[in-house]
Amino acid sequence: MGGVINAVIQPEPPGLMLAQIQNGPTQMVSGNIFEGLLRYSPKLEPLPELAESWSASEDAKTYTFKLRKGVTWHDGKPFTSADVLFSIEMLKQTHARARNNLAQVDKVEAPDDYTVVFTLKQPFGPFLGIFEVGSMPMVPKHLYEGTDWKTNAYNNAPIGTGPFMFKEWQKGSFIRLVKNPNYYEKGKPYIDEIYWQIIPDAAARSVAYETGKVDVLPGGSVENFDVPRLSKLKDTCVTGAGWEFFSPLAWLWLNNRQGPLADKRVRQAIMYAIDRDFAKDVIWNGLGKVATGPSASTIKYYTSDVPKYPYDPAKAKALLKEAGYKGEKIRLLPLAYGETWQRWGEAVKQNLQDVGMNIETIATDVAGGNQKIGDWDYDIAFTYLYQYGDPALGVGRNYVSSAIAKGQVFNNVEGYSNPEIDKLFADGAVATPDSKRKEIYEKAQKILVEDVPVAWMLELQFPTIMRCKVKNLITTGIGVNDGFKDAWLDK
Amino acid sequence: MKQFWKSMLRSPSGVIGLIILVLAISVAVFGPMLFPNSPWRMVQRPFLPPFTLSTVPLGTDALGRDVFAGMIFGARVSLLVGLVSTLVALVVGVPIGAMAGYFGGKTDDALMRFTEFFQTIPSFALAIVLVAILQPSIYSIVASIAVVSWPPVARLVRGEVLSLRTREYVQAAVVTGQSNTWIILREILPNALSPVIVLASLMVATAILLESSLAFLGLGDPNLISWGYMVGAGRTVIRQAWWITVFPGVAILISVLGLNLIGEGLNDALNPRLSREGR
Repeated sequence: MGGVINAVIQPEPPGLMLAQIQNGPTQMVSGNIFEGLLRYSPKLEPLPELAESWSASEDAKTYTFKLRKGVTWHDGKPFTSADVLFSIEMLKQTHARARNNLAQVDKVEAPDDYTVVFTLKQPFGPFLGIFEVGSMPMVPKHLYEGTDWKTNAYNNAPIGTGPFMFKEWQKGSFIRLVKNPNYYEKGKPYIDEIYWQIIPDAAARSVAYETGKVDVLPGGSVENFDVPRLSKLKDTCVTGAGWEFFSPLAWLWLNNRQGPLADKRVRQAIMYAIDRDFAKDVIWNGLGKVATGPSASTIKYYTSDVPKYPYDPAKAKALLKEAGYKGEKIRLLPLAYGETWQRWGEAVKQNLQDVGMNIETIATDVAGGNQKIGDWDYDIAFTYLYQYGDPALGVGRNYVSSAIAKGQVFNNVEGYSNPEIDKLFADGAVATPDSKRKEIYEKAQKILVEDVPVAWMLELQFPTIMRCKVKNLITTGIGVNDGFKDAWLDK
Repeated sequence: MKQFWKSMLRSPSGVIGLIILVLAISVAVFGPMLFPNSPWRMVQRPFLPPFTLSTVPLGTDALGRDVFAGMIFGARVSLLVGLVSTLVALVVGVPIGAMAGYFGGKTDDALMRFTEFFQTIPSFALAIVLVAILQPSIYSIVASIAVVSWPPVARLVRGEVLSLRTREYVQAAVVTGQSNTWIILREILPNALSPVIVLASLMVATAILLESSLAFLGLGDPNLISWGYMVGAGRTVIRQAWWITVFPGVAILISVLGLNLIGEGLNDALNPRLSREGR
């Protein structure tokens, strides 16, 4: 046991205080330092972390969590229910998604040091899915209470309960974490140190792996076309696991408000016109899965029993003709996230031109693209979003009319508005039991796929590439973001 | 004129350059007629090596697009951008230089400070900033290349005009009371033209390189294929597929070389002393 793991972190995180910053790289590094009450299996069943056990009342409105005893913060102070209450208060102010997730919570109480009771306003189906470390990290009350959270010195050297402790951060070079010797799970973690190497250039990251400078390339840290080449290297293992909780789904925003795309038949034509298998096989090197609708197949209540849109240019042409499309210009915004997305934009443009659509690509950077999308100043735009395991947490926000708000990027920017869908998502969030929710969400999926408010492309897969000697790196549905506490090195 | 062609054809570099340019222009003009398909179309399996299939002689790129078709359509964009932006630069630079040189004094000071203002900013950096601000499109690219390439023209023309305006035939024109415009256009500029023509041929080459560099950095017009774009898009896969970058790279090299050779030939032909002595 023991040893050092070198992993790539891309891009360099803006900070490590997970309760205040939720960027992807922050979650990945800080998932080792902080912990949540629960973690989730690849099937998204809750697993104990800081909470040892939990139970729900008969009416599904009261949840009682029993906390683990003998847990200490990295500075030696004990972790208790007071920290949980404080963390929730802080997150409601600093963490937009946590605030949303906690909207149904009426009150949180701590009858004793190791018990926390949540009382809900009404039953909330996905409630047990909101306790993962990135969604609800626990922060130390004794270091933050009564201070200015934004300027607290511990933001730069965070103190958590996790298996690894923050040691140093050489900006532009590496972040170093060391083993927490007092970790509550005896014997863990097995690794002594983690170096998160910061390498800005994609080609240089591949080289760093080949030369042995790093052992782990988390998903998305090298370009897709390098994945097959690196996978074939000696002693290299690849896994697509560890993204089940996030289930990134890529789609094209279609502006439902104006122009030809306001016509459902044109939107359906776009689904038929785009060769999504080509995108998967060629652009994503066979990684991922063609999406069938608004839910990724890995999240709850997914159904494949929806209208299908195979690649069928002839049908697309017929639909366009039927809709009376006469070659009006349509603007396409690709996603400025690098080569893969650029190539994808070019392929989709070609697909749409092949069926007679007049497409003009608009080149932007990430910020410019976000602004255009948020201002509804686009016709077609690429995006991908996380789904967080439950349609109430990660799907509804993109289709219900109450989520239409100009200036924001990740809500219902397509402007789709359907009272029936609004009602289904409102009911689905609070319905009990599970079979009822399933019924509601399956119905919603069918309606949405028929209406094509956005054009669903692929369930993305970000494979993690690592040396085979790194064992047990990914054990949960949260993957690399869940920390390296189970990982060990084979000698 | 006859004399000009004679001496031009006597210079071997000029001949080679002319041949290359004529070839490139005919590819740009007639090529797309032979390849009616869009160069963006995915025609074969991706990463097909060159010389394996006669339908895609130079292989395919990361999406299975025909590299040869891309080269042909790219010629059109590269040459067009090179020529048009040089023309624009001349239209801006020549009058400014001529006025500065002819009128001298405060006009000269003002115009030259203005020119120096552009010359002090590294031209490629300025071009990147301009294209990024204006959003990449064929128009913004031509405009920004023109903006960064007119100052040398203005300086050159000013120098020529400064020396010519003291000549006797110019002074004679002044004495006979001809207007300034007339003198500049009819007496001075025609005699200052030869170095400008040489410079222009080199500017076209530089403009092609600038456009390629912009496209390489992802600042090309996203709706048009160009050699620089092809090199930029192929760069990341160069270890798997060298041909995607090498062929358009060679195309850039050859056309820029051709234009430089023409410049040299023009220099020989237009400089009477050099051409008559046969060096």
